[in-house]
Order: sequence, then structure tokens, then C-alpha cells
Amino acid sequence: MDERQANKEEMVRAEKIVKRFGHLTVLNGIDLSVRRGQVVVIIGPSGSGKTTLLRCINHLEKIDDGRIYIEGELLGYRIVNGHPVEDREANIARIRSQIGFVFQRFNLFPHMTALENVMEAPVHVLHQPVAEVRERAIALLEKVGLADKASAYPHKLSGGQQQRVAIARALAMNPKLMLFDEATSALDPELVGEVLKVMRQLAEEGMTMVVVTHEMGFAREVADHVIFMDKAVIVEQGPPEQIFDYAENERTRSFLRMVL
Amino acid sequence: MFRWDIFWHFLPSGFFLEAAWTTLWISAACQFFGVIIGLLLALMRMSRFPFLTWPARAYIWFFRGSPLLVQVLLLWDGLPKVIHNPAALLPAYAVVLVAFSCNEGAYMAEIVRAGITSVDPGQMEAAKSLGMRFPLAMRRIILPQAARFIIPPLGNEFNNMLKNTSIASVIGLAELTYTAQVFGSPTFSTFELLLVATVYYLLMTTLWGYVQNWIENRLDPDRTTKRDLYEKKGWTARMLGFGGEARGTGTLVSGH
Repeated sequence: MDERQANKEEMVRAEKIVKRFGHLTVLNGIDLSVRRGQVVVIIGPSGSGKTTLLRCINHLEKIDDGRIYIEGELLGYRIVNGHPVEDREANIARIRSQIGFVFQRFNLFPHMTALENVMEAPVHVLHQPVAEVRERAIALLEKVGLADKASAYPHKLSGGQQQRVAIARALAMNPKLMLFDEATSALDPELVGEVLKVMRQLAEEGMTMVVVTHEMGFAREVADHVIFMDKAVIVEQGPPEQIFDYAENERTRSFLRMVL
Repeated sequence: MFRWDIFWHFLPSGFFLEAAWTTLWISAACQFFGVIIGLLLALMRMSRFPFLTWPARAYIWFFRGSPLLVQVLLLWDGLPKVIHNPAALLPAYAVVLVAFSCNEGAYMAEIVRAGITSVDPGQMEAAKSLGMRFPLAMRRIILPQAARFIIPPLGNEFNNMLKNTSIASVIGLAELTYTAQVFGSPTFSTFELLLVATVYYLLMTTLWGYVQNWIENRLDPDRTTKRDLYEKKGWTARMLGFGGEARGTGTLVSGH
């Protein structure tokens, strides 16, 4: 297998990511590899850096050291004389348009209906024909169970419904990769299930996903690979059975004792 | 003594209708250019490049820091002297357009900047995550939301603008105040005619108030049906404990 093909199979490759906020190091040499079709779940206590790591994969955060590749393509930077410099905005935007990001706080566009939210980027970023996008957007809203809410404004929707619209909005771009940043953490407990159901369905359809979550049941059931982070480093990783039942590291075990 | 006959004679006269029209279109044009200049300045000020932020800061510092009347006179009398060319003497309406637009731009810059910073930063992140570049995200996502915060103070600005154009009377632009003075002085009826002008000013500012309310309601993403409005508690009811439903309240106070 030549290198390019290897890259194509590897959706995300992060090498020695370092991220600092002032004097605080939030990511201290993180290596990560996500293969096509894989569901990687990142767990860990708050402040461990998992959300920051996810935001780096979309270049919503700049990194201080290391490299991130999306399908073998360097993200956010280009190499000039051996040094990384900030890439052109157009390039960053192009890579981002292929990566769906679901936010903890939904971040729907409040001045647009659910349908308009879903249609916005395909029409204005990808310049696809409106009629075609509308058809696809309606199908996506149907898929997340909100066909009847197409013309509702976000403030008229419950948190769970808003998050499902947000997922449909990300899917409308036909992303190769979906990133979920604590997608259910801002929801009332009874609304968590409907969002997890959509995420589970996506995983079953073979979507490549990186999920930061506190839902351990979901992690165990859906993940192909679980990463436990604490204090800016990856402490332990492996298949869910290994992490949840036979964790080797004491920090992993004590964290799981607290949340399970 | 006050001559009501003069007041009634001039109130519906063509002179004042024309003067009111001049006041209106000069104000509207200056406000329009002010908004454009303000938008540019706000974006410059918020830029990460010092070569954009510093000129914007200097501009705002100058135009907010010196009187409008002085700016008008500088452009009217000062400019032809500086460049030693009588041809540089601009017509009065051009001087007013330039001076008022530039002055208004400085104020609008601060209003637009405040409006933009009032939008949740998560909105920009969401736009970026969908592959939008900065200009598209601004145009489609951020500015439409900022408009909600910008319209109420913008309405205030235009209300001020309608009245501040009276400053243009000192350089002889035939707007309302100038017209009142010109027709009033020879007949010693300035007071009567200033009252006529006041009626026109009040008429325009009142009408503008209604237009502004309508725009604010149009921009409200929580815009609700009439029935919703009756069900919703008004801002006064929630904040002060009296008063009823949210009828007729503006955008910012209608609660969620």
C-alpha cells in the first residue's frame, strides 16, 4: 500500500499536538489517529483538554506545536522553509467544509428557520442549486425526526430538537468526518436520548466520528476506540471493553468509578 | 404679539414643504452614508491588522471629539483657504453631505461595533465550521443578528440627524431652520416661523418613530403572532412588577 492510499484510509492524523492558553498547557503532545469509518470517543474529566483537541481538529483553535492532517492534507498551516505558517483562509475553509462540527450549545442561526439553517451552507458555500439542496435538507430533517419543524425558528424548538437540527445542518455538507463536542451536555436529561439515537444511527451508517462525551453508556456501545484524557495528555486508549472493564491506569479507573 | 395668521399662512406653504423635503433627503442621505462609513470603520477597528485599526481609531477620535458645527465650517470656509483655490468652494449641500456623513460615520462605527460584539461568538464558530469565510459569515450570519442591536440606536441617530441638519442653516442651506429665519427676519416673525419649522420637525421625528418600530419588529427573530404577544409578559411586568402584556414594546425589551 503506497503512502497516499494509507493517508486516504487515515481520516485524521494528529502528531504531537501542543496547545497552550497563556501559561496553561491544555494539550501536551497528543497523538491521534482516526481511520475512515471509525468512531473514536474521547472521555475524561473537565479541563482535561478533550474539547480543545476536538476544536483543533477543525482549526477552531490554532496549535502551538505539532501537525494535524485530514486525509493526509496538513490542516491550518503550510510549510514555508521548513516552518509552519498560518494557511490561507480559503484553504482552511475548504477543509472545514468537509468536516461537520456539532457544538455543545447548538449554535443554530437564530434568524433562520430550521430548514434555512440546514440549507445555508450548501447554498452559499458550495453554491449548489437551491431546489436540490431544499430536497436534501427536508430529507435530512426527516432523518433526524423533525420534518414537521422545518419552518420553525430555533427558539421555538427544545434543546434536543435544536441539536438534531444542528446535526442535520452539519450533514447537509456531506462531511467525511463528524466531530461532536459534548453534544448532549447542555440538554435536559429526558432529551439526551433523542440526540444519542441520531448519533448512533450515523455511526451505524459508517460515518467517521470523533465524539467528546460524558455519556459512558453511549461510549461503550458505539465506540470502536476509546481515548481517556487527563491533564492535557492521553492517559490510556483502546477498545471500549478494555477501557471500561480492564483499565490499566489508576487515573482511568478512578475516573470511571466516579462516572459509572 | 404672536401672529397666528402668519403661522397658519406659512404652515402649509410651498416654501416650508420644500424646506422639509430638503431636511428629509439631506438627513436620509447623510444617515445612509454614515451607516456605510460606520460599517467600514467598525470592521477596520475590529481587524487584527494595526494599519487598519489605527486610521479608524484616529478618524473616530477626530470626528467624535470636535463639534459638528466646526467641522461644517472648516469644510465650508477652511478648505478653499487651505488649497488656495476658489473653485474648491463646494456648494452648501455638498459641504453638508460630506461633513454630516463623515461625522455620523464615526458615531455609527461605535454602534456597529457594539452590535457585532453583542452577537454570540459561537455563531462565528458555527459559520466557520460550515466552511464559511469571514466575509460570507459576516454578511449572512453575524450582521443580520447584529442588526437587531444596531437598529434601536440607529433610530436614535436618525432622529438626531433630522434635527442636527439645522446646523446647515449657518452656511445657507435652505432647510427648515434657515427657511424660517429667512422668511421671518424681514417681517419680524421669526418666532412664528420657527414654530412652523418645529411642527415639521415633530412630524418627521414622530413618523420616523413609527417606521423604526416597524423595522425593529421585522428584525425580531422572536417575532411572534398577535396571540403570542398577549400571552407574553411585557418587560415592565417582569422587571418592575406592573403593566401587562408585551404589546408595542421594542425588540430589545420583549424578553424571550
